[in-house]
Order: sequence, then structure tokens, then C-alpha cells
Amino acid sequence: MIPLGAYLAVAAALFLVGLVMVASRRNLVYVLMGLELILNAANLNLVAFDRFRPGAGVDGQITALFVIILAAAEAAIALAIVLNAFSLFETIRPDEMDTMKD
Amino acid sequence: MLIPPAEGSPFGPATYLWLLAVPLLPLAAWMLQATIGRFLPRQGDWLPTGAMAVAAAIAIYWCVQVFRLHDPDFLLSTARDGYGWRFLYSGQAPGGALGGFSGGILYDNLAAILLAMVALVSFLVHLFSVGYMHGDSRYNVFFSNLPLFTFAMLALVLSDNLLFFFVFWEIMGLCSYLLIGHLALDKKEPRMSAAWASLKAFMTTRIGDVALFLGMCAVWAKFGTLSFHELYSRVAEVTDNGQSWPLWLTVAGLLMFGGSVGKSAQFPLHVWLPDAMEGPTPVSAMIHAATMVAAGVYLAGRVILLCSPDAQLVMACVGGFTALFAATIGMAAFDIKKVLAYSTISQLGYMICAIGVGGVAAGLFHVITHAFFKACLFLGSGSVIHGCHHEQDMRHMGGLRRRMKITYLTMLVSTLAIAGVPLFAGFYSKDAIIAATLEKKMTLGAGDAWLWALPFFFLILSAVLTAFYMFRLIHMTFHGQARSHHAEHAHESPASMTIPLIVLAALAIFGGRFWPADPAHALSGGREPWFLELVHDPKLENWNPQAIEAAGGWSQVGARGAVAHDAGHAEEHGAVAHAAHSQAMLFSILAAGLGILLSYVVYQWRLIDPARVARALGGFYTLVYNKYGFDELYHATVIRGTMLWSQFLSAFDARVIDGIANGIGRLMSRVAGFSAAYDRVVVDGAVNWLAESTSAAGQSLRRVQTGRIQQYAYFTFAGAVVLAVIVLLDLF
Amino acid sequence: MEQYLLTLITFLPALGMLVILALPGTAVHAIRWCAALFTGAVLALSTWLYFWGFDPASPGMQFTEQHDWIPSFHIQYYMGVDGLSLPLVFLSALIHFVAVFSSWNISKSVKGYFALLLLLEVGVTGVFLALDFFLFYVFWEIMLLPMYFLIGIWGGPRREYAAIKFFLFTLAGSVLMLVALVALYLKSGAGGIDPSFNLLALRELAAGWAQDPSTFLGMKFTTWIFWFLFIGFAIKIPVFPFHTWLPDAHVEAPTPISVILAGILLKLGAYGMMRVNFPLAPDAFNTFRDTLAVLGTINIVYGAYVAMGQTDFKRVVAYSSVSHMGYFLLGAAAMTSHGLNGANLQLFTHGTSSAMLFLIVGVVYDRAHHRDLNDFGGLGQRMPYYLGLSTIGIFAALGLPGLSGFIAEAATLLGAYERYPLLVLISTLGIIMTAAFLLYALQRVFLGKLPEKYAGFRDLSGREAFCLSVFAVWCILVGVLPTVVLNKMAPSLESWRTNMELAIRTATGG
Repeated sequence: MIPLGAYLAVAAALFLVGLVMVASRRNLVYVLMGLELILNAANLNLVAFDRFRPGAGVDGQITALFVIILAAAEAAIALAIVLNAFSLFETIRPDEMDTMKD
Repeated sequence: MLIPPAEGSPFGPATYLWLLAVPLLPLAAWMLQATIGRFLPRQGDWLPTGAMAVAAAIAIYWCVQVFRLHDPDFLLSTARDGYGWRFLYSGQAPGGALGGFSGGILYDNLAAILLAMVALVSFLVHLFSVGYMHGDSRYNVFFSNLPLFTFAMLALVLSDNLLFFFVFWEIMGLCSYLLIGHLALDKKEPRMSAAWASLKAFMTTRIGDVALFLGMCAVWAKFGTLSFHELYSRVAEVTDNGQSWPLWLTVAGLLMFGGSVGKSAQFPLHVWLPDAMEGPTPVSAMIHAATMVAAGVYLAGRVILLCSPDAQLVMACVGGFTALFAATIGMAAFDIKKVLAYSTISQLGYMICAIGVGGVAAGLFHVITHAFFKACLFLGSGSVIHGCHHEQDMRHMGGLRRRMKITYLTMLVSTLAIAGVPLFAGFYSKDAIIAATLEKKMTLGAGDAWLWALPFFFLILSAVLTAFYMFRLIHMTFHGQARSHHAEHAHESPASMTIPLIVLAALAIFGGRFWPADPAHALSGGREPWFLELVHDPKLENWNPQAIEAAGGWSQVGARGAVAHDAGHAEEHGAVAHAAHSQAMLFSILAAGLGILLSYVVYQWRLIDPARVARALGGFYTLVYNKYGFDELYHATVIRGTMLWSQFLSAFDARVIDGIANGIGRLMSRVAGFSAAYDRVVVDGAVNWLAESTSAAGQSLRRVQTGRIQQYAYFTFAGAVVLAVIVLLDLF
Repeated sequence: MEQYLLTLITFLPALGMLVILALPGTAVHAIRWCAALFTGAVLALSTWLYFWGFDPASPGMQFTEQHDWIPSFHIQYYMGVDGLSLPLVFLSALIHFVAVFSSWNISKSVKGYFALLLLLEVGVTGVFLALDFFLFYVFWEIMLLPMYFLIGIWGGPRREYAAIKFFLFTLAGSVLMLVALVALYLKSGAGGIDPSFNLLALRELAAGWAQDPSTFLGMKFTTWIFWFLFIGFAIKIPVFPFHTWLPDAHVEAPTPISVILAGILLKLGAYGMMRVNFPLAPDAFNTFRDTLAVLGTINIVYGAYVAMGQTDFKRVVAYSSVSHMGYFLLGAAAMTSHGLNGANLQLFTHGTSSAMLFLIVGVVYDRAHHRDLNDFGGLGQRMPYYLGLSTIGIFAALGLPGLSGFIAEAATLLGAYERYPLLVLISTLGIIMTAAFLLYALQRVFLGKLPEKYAGFRDLSGREAFCLSVFAVWCILVGVLPTVVLNKMAPSLESWRTNMELAIRTATGG
């Protein structure tokens, strides 16, 4: 049986990769992909903790399903935002979108 | 209320309507002419002329009726008959008398004669203007102002009270202003001198008008009425039939006389009349004969009963002095119209003087005869000017006798009349005036007031001068040789101009005696001149309430001679009057003869060179030539003084009064400034410091905000790491 | 309908203002015609009221409307018209109507201009009709604001200075009036009865206050009231030495506003004296009437002389207003039958003649864009209709018989002579000077040679001719038939005089 620590390690790694992608990629699409990774890291944790808690049920899995649905919806909206941002700034590089400074 | 007309009498209520039509016809003509005149054929000149013809016909018709009645006490008064136009509402007149101010018509012999004269002369002037003004650039305007002028005079003659009198009096002032200034708007060559002359005329007469108005105020405040007849009654009551005159009444009388001084161009307000020559010649004829100046004398005749003996003395002296004074200036003038202007002033002096010495009827008689011959002279001079292509200087005329026969003859007749040659119109009136002055002096006796002798000497002397300078005019204009190009090519004027001349010349001959009057009636007991038979000197005691009561009350006054024109008329003209009349006639004939003789000596036979006389007189001649410098004197004192004073007051207003207002404004703004400074420094300071420090803090933090979302994510992550470290290591 | 007539006359322009505000600012013609429509409606109602509705035989208040407005302070909405106010209400309607047409060429924010103009009419008419002192004061203040903006926005080069000056002078007067207003209200409740702002009720009490011997800073209550109110109204008339706002305001104001200012606003001060000031302090009036007469004479003579010294055509006319308003004071102070009739008729006649004079100035200013009298000349040749109407206006103003000015001045002076012969004598100097400066102005504008630069001027447009003719007709009508106005106001003035004399007798214990 794979121990809980291994799940958590993979999830942490996934989270870190996602975080770095979000923070450093120069392309909004990659940033979104990073976000997906972070969400999936969380899903992995949810499923793992549910599996290893006493009196295990399917609560974790259900929550993970919700998160996946949520992620899909969020991806759709986020892509729409990206499209709008592109038409507004004529770029999808997030570091060039600094109007919030003002 | 109306008294039924006597059997067979033409006078009834309808008479008032006919009389009303006399002034209203020219008024209507004015309205039409002023509005649609320029669209009519011939620019509508026939409209006022025709209206005047009808008005003159009506006026003359009623005047003839009055003649046929031949009653010196004839009187038609709307006030007596219970008609009137309630002009001003007033709750209460001074003294608590019944209020309301209504005016109406007063038509007695004097008004009848004047009305006919004014209407006739005005009509002739209108007719003359058709020819004279031909080609004028404002022909239609001229023909709208002329009937208005006539309207005012006709209405004034009919007024039964001072207020209406004043109203029409002032409207005449307006018309004289418009007409004298007529050429100031000429399309071809506008004359600024005409503008100044009209302004001068209006302002000078207005000074007199204001005096008249104050006199009106004075009697109104005491008596609460302005109707002539009621005023006579009240004055008769107050002064005990003229025995004792209160000072205020003397002052009021003098003030009202001031109106005459202005309008009739008496010294010292005579300066406007010569300048009024800037107007076209028909206007001069109008002003000098029919309207303006006659109004002043008419006023004096109407208010003489309100004048105390002192006021009368002033009138007599002013009139007499003016007569002489203006005559001397007339001798030195070269402009043909100026000579006539000064002769008018002089003749007006005669009239005023006559009224002052009590010869009211004589003075008013002279108004009538003077109107005839002076209108003729002015229109004649207009004809001369017209014929000589607008040359007015007599030195450039001469020899016109042959080229302008009708003009010459008519003017000669008028000159004979004005000089007082027996059998001509002027003789009768002038003789009556001189007789009146002499009679006054004689009745007062040697010991009494030598001042009363002054008028007589003034008048006799000016009679000589009048004859002299009028014949000088005839000699210089018509006799001898032509002295200029224009004079050589002079031509007689058209019929529209000569017909009025002929009519007026006829009146200048016969105007003094419509029936064969005996000039020496006083000696022989023959008939007096027509005017003096119809118009008698008014007597204050006839207007005493008791006298009216005795006559059967107001409603009977004048109806059939109810207020008896005193039966002692003949007795009064007793020995003294006889003596006065015979002497006066002798004097006036001598004076006229002397004057005419002198003029022949100087200008016809050339026994004396006038230039040498002028040189011999030296400075005096220059003074006379410059009209005694009154224009300059008034300009230097009154006009300049007024202008300086008004400029001073303007500066005072701008600097001092407005300065105070602005100063208070500035003071207030200083106070406000201090208060604002306190507010700014202390109160605002604290608040602003807080705001500024907050803002500075914000500024320093601002640099962190790059607007890059990823950088924010770094910060978030870094914060999370820090928090994690703190939690994990349990630092706090 | 008839019981709301006065409200309708007063507030119709307010309705018009709302309509104009609802219109788009670019619909210039619609705005103008809307203003003309509403002022025209007011004029129609006033004309009916003037000629047919009003019963001239009755001296009392007519068409009264009385409702509680602010009951806790006994403030009422109380309107009424009598012979004193009737001619002025009519004059106000007439002048505002003409002013609208005279404003036709205003191009700067037309919407705001006409809205303010109509608001001004509400204030002016309201002052004439209000019988409650508080209401009177409210209308008085309503009128102030639009005037400030109308001068300050649409005026000439120094408009801000003039507007501020006008505003501050008038406000100073208003403040004094406000003090008097409050004092009177409190005093009226002193006897244990309900305090009141009702002017007619206050008038009944006024004689009683005069007998109160107590003083404040050495002056009796009625004396304080009298001077506070007098200065408040005197600024508006304006009485020397409070007159200097007038020439500035006139010179800077656009023509129609000058017309309203001279034609009707100055009359508010005089009306205030007749309605409020004198009746509420009869004994003080009696004590100081000689002073008032002297002030009136100063106005007449001083105004005329200063006018003579001006070179700006509009300033000349403005100072002539100062001079003419002096007659009111002189005639009112004399308080004789003719003096009062003349003084109040003067308000009407000066309203028409001065309005005409300002229109005349406006015509030449529109063409030449300056008003320097010494720079004109010969315009009579190019503009004969203008010359004709100007002659009527100028001669009406200088008091030529047959035109309106004479009747008022003659009646005033005839009446005043009984009491003040010397002052009448002095004020005749003003008559002479008025003729002098007006004719001198006429000469410099119209007579003589036409300078080359003015050769292109056209004569009056139909609109200008219409505006001038309206007033010319009234100048002639009143001059020939003064009873048209006098009959309307004489009974009320007679009762006013009787009341005043009674109050003076009561107050002085005679």
C-alpha cells in the first residue's frame, strides 16, 4: 500500500509546478494551465485524505468531482477573459498588463 | 345747463363742435401725414394744406358771426355750459375745493379773432410752403410738422385754463424744435447750425416755460383752480378788486410773465429768435406771425388780470426796453431774415409793453395786425431768398424791384404798415399802444413813479428806429442796382407763393379798419378801430363774485353782456384819454415820418454814408453789430457754467459717491481676507496636515504596485511562506 | 377661475420656466416662442384685469386669495390687487412681454436666459401682489437671483463687477428689510394677540405703536422700522446716495435686462414704500417727510446734472432714471392728492418712457457696438423710423405735454408745491436739465452729417419697431388720456391718503 506521504509529496510537487507556472510563465494560457495543476494537486490531496481517514466513504471523491466541474467552468470563463484581455491589450503576456498600477 | 341760444343767434352747442374741428383738422392732417404722408401723391402736401383751408374757413365763418353779433361781452365757455373734458383726476384740490381737473373751450371775441387770424395765416404759410419747400429732401416731414404746429396754436387759443394752455404751449415748443432743426437732417447738406439753433430755441423757451409752470403751481396751490375765469374771480376776491396785492401773487404774476418772456423772445431770453432763422423761411413766418410768439402775448393778455401793478410795471418796462433794444440791433444787421427777426422782437416788445401799461386790447390788436404784415414780410423775404438762389445777405441784393414786382409791392405795403404810416394796419394798433403808454403816464400824474414814463419813451424811440431799419431793408433789397450775380438773375416766385403774399398784403392794408375807423376817433367821436370795439381791456372788478352774482350768476356771464362791460367806458376815456390819444397820434406819425426820412437820406439819396456812421460810432457799433454780445455772455456764463458744474458732479459721483461704495466694498473684502487667512492657516492647516501626511505615506507605498499580477502572486506566495515558517517554527 | 387669477398671473411664468427647462437647449426658437407665449398669456390676463376685471370705483383689495401657508408662524399666502398695484402689475406684464422680443438676438445659452427671465417675472409680479409681508419678502428675494445671473452672464465687459455690485447693494437693503420684518412680526404679537405678517393687519396696528414712548438707542420703534425699511427700498429706487449701482448695472446689462431694470425693478422700491414703509410707520413718515422731499429733490437735480456730464449714451439714460424717480419721492412726501397721483403715475410713465429709452440705446448699440455719444452723428438720415420713435421716447422722458411724462411730473409738482414751494422751484432746474441732456444726446446721435462708417446701418427691424411702438403707444395714450391710468389708482390713493392722515393724527395724538 502506498503510504499517504507519497500522495502528499506528489500533490505538493504538482502544486509547486503549478505555482511556478502561474507566477513565471509569460503566456496567459500557461498560467491557466498552472492553475489547473494547482487545482488537481488539491484534488489529489482530497482523494488521498479521504482514502486514509477512518470510516472511509466517498466524500473526498465527490468534493474532487465538484472541483473538477468548477475547474472546467473556471477554465471556460478564464479563456473568455484571456480573449478579452487580448483584444484589449493586444497581447497575452501578463507582465505587460499593468494598468492596475494606475 | 346750456343757455338756449338767443333768438336768431347762430351760437349753440353745435358751435363747440365746429370750433373743436378747427384745431382737430390740422391734428388729423398731422396724423395722416406723419404716418402715410410719404406714400401719397405729391408726398401729401395737399392734405395739411387742404385741412388748413377748411379749418380757416370754419374759423373765419364763426369769426364773422361774432362780428355780426358785435357784442364786446360775447362769451362762449364750455365750463359755463357744463361741458368739459376731465383731463386729470384729483381727489381733492388745494383748499378742499371739489377736485377734478377738466378743461374746455373759451371762445370770446379775442379768441374768435385770434383763431381766425391763426388759421388764415397758417393756411397761407402752408400754401406758400408748397412752392418754397419744393425739392426739399424731407418735404413730407415738413408738411407733417407744420400742421401740428398750427394745431397746437389753435388749441391754445381755445383753451379755457392754464394747464391746457401750457400743454399746447409746450407742443408748440416741440414743433418749433422740429421745424427750426428741419435742415439739420437735410439729405444733401445737413446743417449742424440748424440743430444748435433748434436746441437753443427749445432750451431758452423752456426756461420761460418752467417759470410759467411755477406760476401755475403758485396759483393752483392757493386757489385750487387753473381756469382763467375762476382765477379772475378768486383774484378779484383776494385782492379786493385789485386794491391790495399780496406779495406771492406779484411773484406768481411775474413767473407767469416769464413764460411770455421766453416764448415771445423778450429781453433777456430773446437770443433764440434770431437763431431760429435757421429754419426754412415759412417756419419763420409761422413762428413770428401766427404761432409761437403770438402765444406769449396772448398769455400775457389772458393772465394780466392776475398781475399786480408791480408786475405790470415790470412787464411794461421789459417790453419797452426790448422794443428799443432789438430795434438797435436790427439797424446793424445785414441778413434779411435777421433784420426781420429783430423787428419781430421789437414789435413783441410793443405788445408786451402795451399789456403792461393796461392797454391790453391795444397790445392784442397789434398781435393781429403784426401777424398780417410780419407774415407778409417773412414770406416776402422767403420769396426774395428763393428768387436769389438762397442768398440772404442784403449787401448782395439790390435792384430787385423790377425783377420781383409782386414781392416788392407786397413787402413795401407791409413795411409801410410796420412803420406805422397812417391808414395802414400797423398804424392803428401802434398808435393805440403808444396812446396807452402815454395815458398810463398821464393818469398816474407827474409825481407818481417816473418809471411809468419809461415805456413811452422807449416806444417812441423805437418807432423811429423801426421805420428806419425797415426802409433800410427795402432800399438795400429792392432799390438801387443789383450787387451780385444772384440778384441780377433773380426771378419772380410761382403763384403758390405770390398769392399768399397778395392776401397778406391786402390784410396789411385793411387789417386795421374793416369798417371805416376814424383814426382820430378820440377827438371826433367817430368809430374806433374794429378790434378795439370788439375787445376791451379786461377789468378785474367784472369778475368779482359779487359782480357775477349781480349779473345773475355764472350761467349768465357773458351770455348777453350780463357782466356789464362798464357803462363808463366813454367817461373813462375822458379828458386825459383824449389828450393822450391826440398827442400819441402826433408822436407816432412824426416818429414814422422821421424814420422813413432818415432812411431815404442814408440809403436812397446817399447823403450820409452808413459806413462812416458805423466808423464814427466805433466800439458801440461793434457792440450792436454783435448783438450786444448776449450770445457770448450766455455761452460763457450759463452754458459753460452748467457744463462745468455737470462735469464736476459727474466726477463727484464717480469718485466720491461711487468711491465710498467701492471703498466699503474693499474694506469688506479686507475683513473677509483676514478672516479667510485665519481660516486657511489655522483651521484648514490642521486638516490639511493630516491629509498631506496620509497622502505622503501612500506615495511611498505606491512604488510596490507594479500592476503585474504575477508579481502579486510572488508576494502572495512569499507571504504564505513566511506565514508557514512562522506557524511551523512557532515563532510567536 | 377668477378667484385664482392673481396666482395664475404670478405663477404662469414659473410654469413657462419649467417648460423651457424641459426643452432641449438647441431648440432656440421653441424656447423663445415659449417665453413669448407665457409672458403673452400673463399680459393677456393682466390686460383683462386692468381694463375689465378690476373695479376702479372700489378703493379696497380685489381678487384676494388667502390661505394658510406656514401656520406655525402665521404666514399666509395672501394676494390681492388694488389701485396702487394694478398699474404696476400691468406694466410688469407689458415690459416682460416686450423684453422677450427684445431678447430675440441673445445667442448665449438661450435656455438659461429665458428661464431666468421668466423666474424674474414671477418675483416681480409676486412682490406687487403679495399682501403678506413674509410672502412679499420671499418674492423680493426670488427676483434678486435671476437678475444677478442675467447681468453677470449675459452682460457687457464689466458684467461681474456690475452684477456683484447690484447684488450686494440690493442684498444690503434686503437684510435691513428682514430685520424690520422680524421686528414687526414680534411687535405685532406684543399685545397678547396672534402675531402676524399680514400687511393690512399690521397697518391697523401701526398707529398704536407710535404712541409707545420707549426707545432703543435713542430712537422709537417706529423710527427704527421706518429707516430700516426706507433704506431697504431706497436702494432699489434708487435714492441718492445709494444710486451708484444703477448706472453700472445698466451699462453692463444687456438691453432687455436694462429695460426690465429701469422699467419695473426700480418701481418695486417705490411700491414698497407705498405699501409697506410709510403705512407701517406713519408717525416717522410724518416726522421725516421733509427729509424725503429733500432727497427727492436732490435726486431730480443731481441725477439730471450728472446725466449731462456723461458721454456713454446708456449712462445718460441711467442717470435720467435717477432723476425721474426723484419725482416719486417728492410727490409722495408732499402727500397731497395731486402729489400722490402724480408720484404714482410717474412710476407708470417712467416705466414706459425709460424702457423706451433703453431700447433706443440698444438699437444703436447693436449696430455700432459702442455707445459713445461723441462718436455718433447723422443717424437720422439713414434711420428715419428710428428717429421718429426715438423722438417720441425722448420727448416723453423730458416731459413734453401730450406725452406721458408731463402728466406725472406736472401733477407731482402741482401737488408738491402746496407743501414744498422751494423744493419745487429747485426741482424745476431738473426739468430744464433733463430737456438739455436728452436733446443734446438726440442731437449728437441723429443730427448733422452721417459719418462714412455708419452709412451701412439699416433702419429698425420689424421686431425692434414693434418693441418701441408698444411703449410709444402707451406714452401717447397716457399723455392724451391720463385718466386711463389715473382713474384706476385715484380711489385707492385717496383712501391711502385718508388712512395715512388718520394714522398720523392718531399717532401724534392730535
